[in-house]
Amino acid sequence: MLDDRHEIYLDHAATTYVRDEVVAAMAPYFQEEYGNPGSFHTVGLRSKRAVARARETVRSLLNAAKEEEITFTGSGTESINLAIKGLAEQKGSGHIITSTIEHEAVIETLYYLEKHRGFEVTKVPVNREGQVNPEDVRAAIRPDTILVTIMYANNEVGTIQPIAQIGAICKEHEVPFHTDACQAAGALELDIEKLNVDMLTLNGSKIYGPKGVGVLYKRKSLRLVPLIHGGGQEFGLRSGTPNVPFIVGFAKALELAQSEREEEAKRLIELRTMLEEGIITNIPKTFLNGHPTDRLPNNANITISDIEGEAMMLYLNEYGICTSSGSACTSQSLDPSHVILAMGLPYEVAHGTLRFTLGRKTTKEDIQKIIDTLPEIVEKLRKISPVRVNLVTLNTGGQINV
Amino acid sequence: MSKKLTIVPSHHTLDEGWFYTDIVKDHFFNPRNIFISEEEASTYKYDGVGMVGSPACGDMMKIWIKCDEENDTITECKWQTFGCASAIASTSMMSVMITEEEGMSTGDAMKLKPRDINDRLGGLPTRKYHCSVLGDKALQEAINDYYRKTDQPDRIVKRRSRVVCAVTNVTDADIEEAVLEGAQTFEDVQRKTKVGVGDTKVQMDVEQLIRFYTEKYFGED
Repeated sequence: MLDDRHEIYLDHAATTYVRDEVVAAMAPYFQEEYGNPGSFHTVGLRSKRAVARARETVRSLLNAAKEEEITFTGSGTESINLAIKGLAEQKGSGHIITSTIEHEAVIETLYYLEKHRGFEVTKVPVNREGQVNPEDVRAAIRPDTILVTIMYANNEVGTIQPIAQIGAICKEHEVPFHTDACQAAGALELDIEKLNVDMLTLNGSKIYGPKGVGVLYKRKSLRLVPLIHGGGQEFGLRSGTPNVPFIVGFAKALELAQSEREEEAKRLIELRTMLEEGIITNIPKTFLNGHPTDRLPNNANITISDIEGEAMMLYLNEYGICTSSGSACTSQSLDPSHVILAMGLPYEVAHGTLRFTLGRKTTKEDIQKIIDTLPEIVEKLRKISPVRVNLVTLNTGGQINV
Repeated sequence: MSKKLTIVPSHHTLDEGWFYTDIVKDHFFNPRNIFISEEEASTYKYDGVGMVGSPACGDMMKIWIKCDEENDTITECKWQTFGCASAIASTSMMSVMITEEEGMSTGDAMKLKPRDINDRLGGLPTRKYHCSVLGDKALQEAINDYYRKTDQPDRIVKRRSRVVCAVTNVTDADIEEAVLEGAQTFEDVQRKTKVGVGDTKVQMDVEQLIRFYTEKYFGED
């Protein structure tokens, strides 16, 4: 298999390539239109207009009311930091609600506020399929709650949260609501009025746009303290010379992603179903993680019991198949994925998860190759494993091939 | 499964992304001294067996040994490991080390340390070292089992130390060693020994031991 090094990249939740249309849209802004949007001459003005057009594209895609509600940042992580820390600093003290399955950008930002700034944080749980119950959010709201931040769709298992319902509850209690929509963009509705959100984070590198650019949507009525002070760019919220080519690229990527999302979702769901069925019916003691239907179209997270995820991942890598795993050995800590554990999956099987995230170039042939390759790898690793987990006695939720 | 799975580690595509040495990769993809079938594993005649770890903590190792009673050496070693590439490669390497040439004496094998295995592997990445620290403990159990079965009770190496974490079999002596190697926090010790992974209740106990040994070896506080 080594002479055929066609790589099958199934890690699009980590990042995507930049699509041709986006590269083409960005190209003029490196050498021809290199002006600083803040300059008072025609070269600068042309850059300023390019940024304004990009902002208008994003504003309209999100159905935001005003252009100043769209802030371009350097990443999804920066947008999240700006939303959470910016609001926390504005308020000074208080209570923040989040979920147990957030991305590290949210977890660590809140941990910092809790540990060093005296904020209180409540984490609402998720069910076996990784979903938050909106009523748990309602129950957690206190008079001093300053923010609710819950992700739109999870990066590991793809479960989609009932954001509109959670948003409605926040609205009722007049608590600002932020959602991390980095994984949702390109797959789900992003209309902020339909979603009932006050802040929303996006990331260029997950939507076939460039890395190093993100967006924070922020309702005009909400005040944030900036993280970066300086020349007052981005309506004072994010100083620094705007990254014009990346901003242009981001807008193009989001525009394409949102216009193609329904058609692409159909195609991806078909491929993903083929992958899931192919693995689960061919390999005993395997099961799917996440919600069976309320799930990102490109996500298949599968537990293969009795063996460890990193070992599987490295074997697949040797066949040119790029995936990721929730095993402890692929994380910085010694614990397996906090998402898998929060969903109530026992440690015994949490180490054996594989995440496949499909993309625009994924084909049926790619999926078939994985279905053909994986059983041998699993067989080989199981042969040298002393573990024989009894899935019947474990609470693994959904359907299991025992 | 019709075709046989043989993998030659590739150098040209993975040098950047893969931080394991070629020896580690070789032992991971082509593990030595493994059972060829489930039947062989279940009917294997051994002189001693030992097991340590759990699937909950992410690593589990089982070691079977055959010994030459006259020469007091280990002649055969079989193993099974649940874990990542580091864990699998280090158990495979350990099985080679104790059986190569004339076979290692049981006494020497008893003293084998994770560091010895790590050296033979050409080194594991620092954050992977903890994945290789259970194999020698499983081996010690297997040798003790052999001593027990061959009526040499006086040779059984009882861990004078106290087991602080039942899941990983980590003792206070292991924590002492970790502190001597520079560990200062629970996380440091955990990275070296895996203590408390899959059983968070032991953390306070471990932290107390870290304070005790830190004071003992490095003065006030």
